[in-house]
Amino acid sequence: MIYRETGQFKTTYAADQAIFPIVQDRFVVLLAAAAAFVVPPLVAGEYWLQAILIPFLVYALAALGLNILTGYAGQISLGTGGFMAVGAYSAFKLSTAFPWLNIVAVFLLSGVIAALVGIVFGIPSLRIKGFYLAVATLASQFFLIWLFNKVPWFVNYASSGTITAPGRRVLGVMVTGPNATAAARYVVALAFVAVFALVAKNLVRGRVGRAWMAIRDRDIAAEIIGVRPLRTKLLAFAISSFYCGIAGAELVFLFLGSAETQAFDINQSFLVLFMVIIGGLGSVLGSFLGAAFIIVVPIFLTNLPHMVGLDVSVALLKQIELMVFGGLILFFLVVEPHGLARLWQIGKEKLRLWPFPH
Amino acid sequence: MNTKRFLIVLLAAAVVAGPMATVAPAQDKGLYVPLFVYRTGPFAPSGIPNANGFNDYFNLLNERDGGINGVRITIEECETQYDTKLGVECYERLKGKGTVLVNPYSTGITYQLIPKAPVDKVVMHSMGYGMTASADGRWFPWVFNFPMTYWSQASAFVKYVGAQEGGMDKLKGKKIAHVYHNSPYGREANPTLETLALQFGFELTLLAVDTPGQEQKATWLQVRRLNPDWIYLSGWGVMNQVAVKEAAAIGYKMDRMVGNWWSGSESDVVAAGDGGKGYKSMTFHAAGPGFKVHQDVFKLLYDKGKGSTKRELVGEVYYNRGMINAMLNIESVRTAMVKYGNKPLTSEQVRWGFENLNLTEQRLEQIGMKGMVRPLRVTCENHEGNGMAAVQQWDGKKWTMVSDWIEPMREVVRPKLEAAAVEEGKRLGYTIRDCSKEK
Amino acid sequence: MIELLRAVLVAPFADMAGNPTFLVEVLLGGIAAGLMYSLVALGFVLIFKASGVFNFAQGVMVLFAALTLVGLMDMGVPVPIALALTVVVMIALAFAIERAVLRPLVNQEPIILFMATIGLNFFLEGFGEMAWGANVKKLDIGIPDTSFIVRGVQMNRLELTAALTAAVMVAVLAVFFQRTRIGRALRAVADDHEAALSIGIPLKTIWIVVWSVAGLVAIVAGIMWGSKSGVQFSLSLLALKALPVLILGGFTSVPGAIVGGLIIGVGEKLGEVYWGPLVGGAIENWFAYVLALTFLLFRPQGLFGEKIIERV
Repeated sequence: MIYRETGQFKTTYAADQAIFPIVQDRFVVLLAAAAAFVVPPLVAGEYWLQAILIPFLVYALAALGLNILTGYAGQISLGTGGFMAVGAYSAFKLSTAFPWLNIVAVFLLSGVIAALVGIVFGIPSLRIKGFYLAVATLASQFFLIWLFNKVPWFVNYASSGTITAPGRRVLGVMVTGPNATAAARYVVALAFVAVFALVAKNLVRGRVGRAWMAIRDRDIAAEIIGVRPLRTKLLAFAISSFYCGIAGAELVFLFLGSAETQAFDINQSFLVLFMVIIGGLGSVLGSFLGAAFIIVVPIFLTNLPHMVGLDVSVALLKQIELMVFGGLILFFLVVEPHGLARLWQIGKEKLRLWPFPH
Repeated sequence: MNTKRFLIVLLAAAVVAGPMATVAPAQDKGLYVPLFVYRTGPFAPSGIPNANGFNDYFNLLNERDGGINGVRITIEECETQYDTKLGVECYERLKGKGTVLVNPYSTGITYQLIPKAPVDKVVMHSMGYGMTASADGRWFPWVFNFPMTYWSQASAFVKYVGAQEGGMDKLKGKKIAHVYHNSPYGREANPTLETLALQFGFELTLLAVDTPGQEQKATWLQVRRLNPDWIYLSGWGVMNQVAVKEAAAIGYKMDRMVGNWWSGSESDVVAAGDGGKGYKSMTFHAAGPGFKVHQDVFKLLYDKGKGSTKRELVGEVYYNRGMINAMLNIESVRTAMVKYGNKPLTSEQVRWGFENLNLTEQRLEQIGMKGMVRPLRVTCENHEGNGMAAVQQWDGKKWTMVSDWIEPMREVVRPKLEAAAVEEGKRLGYTIRDCSKEK
Repeated sequence: MIELLRAVLVAPFADMAGNPTFLVEVLLGGIAAGLMYSLVALGFVLIFKASGVFNFAQGVMVLFAALTLVGLMDMGVPVPIALALTVVVMIALAFAIERAVLRPLVNQEPIILFMATIGLNFFLEGFGEMAWGANVKKLDIGIPDTSFIVRGVQMNRLELTAALTAAVMVAVLAVFFQRTRIGRALRAVADDHEAALSIGIPLKTIWIVVWSVAGLVAIVAGIMWGSKSGVQFSLSLLALKALPVLILGGFTSVPGAIVGGLIIGVGEKLGEVYWGPLVGGAIENWFAYVLALTFLLFRPQGLFGEKIIERV
């Protein structure tokens, strides 16, 4: 009833290949996007913006990057934290060395630097596969973190060993640094995510994405039909690291404000991997759902006792939270092993037919 | 699948709706102090006694004195697991409840919050940790790290070694090794130690230990080969336990190994057992439950079942540290109340109180902490205060002070500190303020 | 430039040659550390070998086992009974895991099972801390931790005990997998769940056996590492140190865990002591991984891992 598709037919190839071919879908998505830009800055409090929405957007971008590499190209990578660190530190160096450079350009350039580093560390993927590759990418993770710890040039010789985002403006509005409002930072993060999600969606629908999926499913057969594994895999690493690099730069410039290497350690890599797996491998929407799950659920669990009026010690609360979180992961995996995106898809399918059973 | 599907939808809706209900500021009339604690996670063994000491002192004040000059204190713990992102979340959530003062209790969280302190107007007290450069109050009016910083501590250590060797001139040619955690925290003491090595002629070897420090064989083999006269340890968490154990295992004379004040507590020596006897550490307060304030804690809290922890754990190193942190916060607020009146104060007023804290010997006697910590005076330029360090030693059962109070080498440390403050302040876009204009 | 080359290629070796007793100490230290790593890696290998699951929760299982043992001992239970009870707990845990995690996810892709073990990791982390507390606890089951000197080389009793235990465990497990019926069944299940089911191998029992054995290995690893550093949260991070051992030796090889452990342990220590000071030290973490990676480039399935035959 909701999704009455009768009467919708396409007359051009372009219309047929649209991302959202059904008019209702397109309408809802555009409306949601517009609302996302307008509503939270006006309505949401600073806590919501600073502690929930901005990290959600930052990690959604990182999850998108990792999904491209792991979900679409099939290369399991645990080096996400390291690539985010590359993006963050290069953004820091660029913005302090060239203060006149627009922050958007800084982010894009730091993404490019991260992409180059990603290509270098992606070379082993040509020889190593599966979980072995995952563990090998840990080499890149630990090495990059050690490098940023060891070489003081990266932190501009600060005795504190941390990088701090300098204040920068976009269109006259302060968007980074301690004086930037959460709303401004949120809009910038949202803009980046929206643009890059669109880019990612088109990439994976097109030739490049199909090449990735061919490598993921049957790489030898793919090679036989002419998909070049070297180029395809390295391209996947490059684009994935580009996304992760920008996410890392956003993490420091738009979310935390300042960071030391501990913010990019192995736990980050695992966190983003969890987001991708829970959200759904090989799905752009899945990256968002996974990021939302991993960011929002712990906060919800922490605040739950207050809401229901229970007075629990914080330590016990944290421990129960961990247990419930683990339990939820197991539950969702059992219910739908292919992730939240698949759940969403099933839901949409049912909606298209509802109230009819088939 | 139907019920399952329904449950999932319900769960998803609840998850989305959840955080919406969190922004409900409970405005108590009184002083609201959020406590960032780490009772779980990798550093919990240090975080638990600290949090308990904090809690007990605040509760004692409410029980014994009815608050600070009649103004009750409300505390709320927020678990950060020593993780920066959780710390930021705690801060943002609790900021709206009328927070005037925050103890971040994690170097990472401190660095996060330092730029926010002047913008949100919240006083930040990073007692003996955090950004050393914030001791220069002219650049960082909202951040305080009294009673002492890492750089002063390192200079006090060198002074102690000199005293033990028979004079600072005897340091020439001696070998000192610094075993440190490979992080900005661990590296804090290095510049000071290097400067002092040049000044006094001792040979300094820097040995970094990779996080988390569970396996330190390579480091301690190098120590064995080097055979230094003294070892300074800047560790944290499991690195401390393993370091003490490995030092004992290679047969190092434990009374020549001195940890910094975050490497010297009961949990750090528990793994080493008998081998850890004789291990020393720096400190800025005394350990043990023998002071008058502890009598009050026992009488008014534990005897009535309102204590935060087990009775026998009162007086642990970190427990006392938590108490002292609470005490310093309260005394600062009291100082502000003298000027502004006995009511719930604004953060500007509390900041003034911190900056003009003058903790005298008599006051310490009144609150029952005489001998536990030194008198302290904080000024606008000097947010580190004029604190002193001492050395304590583990005898297998407890930590006892084995030295007098040691004055740090302020003439060496202060210039470096000021230079670093200029650097860090400029990085954040601050301008130096003129203290003489503020009296 | 010459200086740099000399510092990297010549000086460390000259150092080694000039101080042979110290070199022996470093090698012995590396061997001991490596064997302790392989204790943890063994758990991974067992579970991967027999159920095809990469058990992310292995580190937390080591922590949980150690916590249970210490918790019981602290309650006054004498050591042998505490050990026995811990074994019972780990077997019960294996039952629970099979029921809650493995059975519903039969025949899913490896990455899904991996994710399930991640959920398990969080759960056990919270549960262990809730049940036994977050304080660091001393673990002393009577293994002496003193050092003695043999011909100028210092050796440590605890490390020797750990090394011997690891060697014995590996030998027993290798025999178990190769010679016994259950061992064969385990290998069959690792190969193909459905095929194993179709010839009548009881999947449920096999999984419980495997996870129980992995639990026992976790207890041993927990005892050895817990005696060194006290039982605390960071024990769960040992998994990260064991992963290079795993990929070097091969995910499916029990002797590979030992050989990989030895190579990684010795390599790590030599690298840190002789080349570390050139770059400021603390290179152990990534050096181990880079070392494993180098080996992988020549043998992509690890030294002893099963060669995956890919069919198009």
